[in-house]
Amino acid sequence: MYAQRPEARPATVEVLVDGQTVRVPAGASAAAAVLVAGLPALRSTPIGGAPRLPYCMMGVCFDCLAEIDGVPNRQACMVTVAPGMRIAPQRGARIARPGA
Amino acid sequence: MSGHDLAIVGAGPAGMAAALEGVALGLSVLVLDEQDAPGGQVFRAVEKAAGDPALAGDYATEGTALVRAFRAAQGVEYRPGTTLWHVDTETLRLSLLRGGVAEEAEASRLLLATGAQERPVPIPGWTLPGVMGAGAAQILLKTAGAVPAGPVVIAGQGPLCWLIAVQLLRAGAGPVTLLETTRVSVATAALQAGGLWAGRRLLLKGLALMREARARGLRVVRKVRGLQALGEGRVEHVRWENDCIPCGTLLLHEGVIPSTHVTRALGLDHRWDAAQFCWRPALDGWGATSHDAIAVAGDGGGIGGWEVAVATGRLAALDAACRLGRIDAAERNRRAIPRRAALGRAVALRPFLDGLYAPAPEVLAPSADDTVVCRCEEITAGQVRAAARLGATGPNQAKAYLRTGMGPCQGRMCGTTVAALIAAERGITIEQAGVLRPRAPFKPLTVGALAGLAKDDTA
Repeated sequence: MYAQRPEARPATVEVLVDGQTVRVPAGASAAAAVLVAGLPALRSTPIGGAPRLPYCMMGVCFDCLAEIDGVPNRQACMVTVAPGMRIAPQRGARIARPGA
Repeated sequence: MSGHDLAIVGAGPAGMAAALEGVALGLSVLVLDEQDAPGGQVFRAVEKAAGDPALAGDYATEGTALVRAFRAAQGVEYRPGTTLWHVDTETLRLSLLRGGVAEEAEASRLLLATGAQERPVPIPGWTLPGVMGAGAAQILLKTAGAVPAGPVVIAGQGPLCWLIAVQLLRAGAGPVTLLETTRVSVATAALQAGGLWAGRRLLLKGLALMREARARGLRVVRKVRGLQALGEGRVEHVRWENDCIPCGTLLLHEGVIPSTHVTRALGLDHRWDAAQFCWRPALDGWGATSHDAIAVAGDGGGIGGWEVAVATGRLAALDAACRLGRIDAAERNRRAIPRRAALGRAVALRPFLDGLYAPAPEVLAPSADDTVVCRCEEITAGQVRAAARLGATGPNQAKAYLRTGMGPCQGRMCGTTVAALIAAERGITIEQAGVLRPRAPFKPLTVGALAGLAKDDTA
């Protein structure tokens, strides 16, 4: 869990993390919003289904892959929040042809 | 498409300093930055966070000054939020991705100032939620003002461990415990490396930081070995040889290594750095690589810190202006004199730091078979050792055996560990095991983005 410090950085941008409303400072990344929201995991791995949260926060590890505004597999740590942004977890391997 | 004299990748200290020097010499400069604001990692988000009392120091003063100068510079085209995913090494046509849309740029010369990444620290349990890089926590503090809630454990070694400890304590986090893995004594490192007098300014800064950390209540445990992160679904405890403590957030750090993903993908010559235990591109005194139109500056060419990055960025821009015929070699050399003096002062302490904070063999090649080393494909140390016994001679072969390096991170997190594991198993050096050769695209991109580029060409 992460605690915000409104005295240093007021939380002014409202986003949706897994359906939950969270306010974070302007300039924060989608990955930061996930950590501030206290999500237990942002994704589960395609191989073993293990829970993961952002690890490097600088675009290296790809553990923060998330569905952002409907686009899957985005590096949440490399996306700056915008008002109303929808950040959703990814669970396991993607089904290539849903319903097939 | 307008061609620039010099395209710079990365707007950290090296990239910003190179841009400033370049436009001062009359070059047209394009700066491509994956971040949405200049600063790099060290001065990340400084325009928004310089007033945060937890981040006071060089970040607030020097970082602000450099970013302001960069923003004010005439003749620099700054493209934030832009990822480089391919370079045509014959034409220097650059393939980019911005806002999910592919685009291109051209330049006469290319300067890669792509910085560093944290050295992977593959301990048992490091994939658990709640375990992060120490640098990651610092980025969170800089970009969002946020700090971990609950007990924080910083495990590893290096100046950043002390800096982040102080910054987190200033910001009201805690309790904070530092589990230091350093094996070498300060006296031994000092005797072997020297440079303490020439590097005294940095040394005094470091000592002041350590004093502040202790005054703010940092608990320090020395000579820690056998680190493990434990927990169900997230990290709950950190164990080492002598103890086990509760932990809400575990921050790992064993120093940083050059980001060589792009330089390796371009097929530039690289050298194994035996002092820093990492690969770095082979460079001359101006940052020139084995490709006559591509140079490297900053930590991407070898770890030196932000002041070294500024100096090497400026030197690379001087050389670019010379090679483009804007100044002659004598003028380049004359202008380089103060830059080289600054570089000399900034690197003085580095051999001491490299010696003191040399990573343990266990960090490079974890001994427990079930430790995950490839986070993407969830491949363990034991699987890599088995592949080595079956005949994998290096990380490029291991990729075919195990998919290590074929996940989304493209080997950024596992490449060095896989090479070290194979080297240990086969009784060869890490240098002999070799280094992963990544391929373009340097970062994954969608077919849709590629298709958008083709439409442009036929229009």
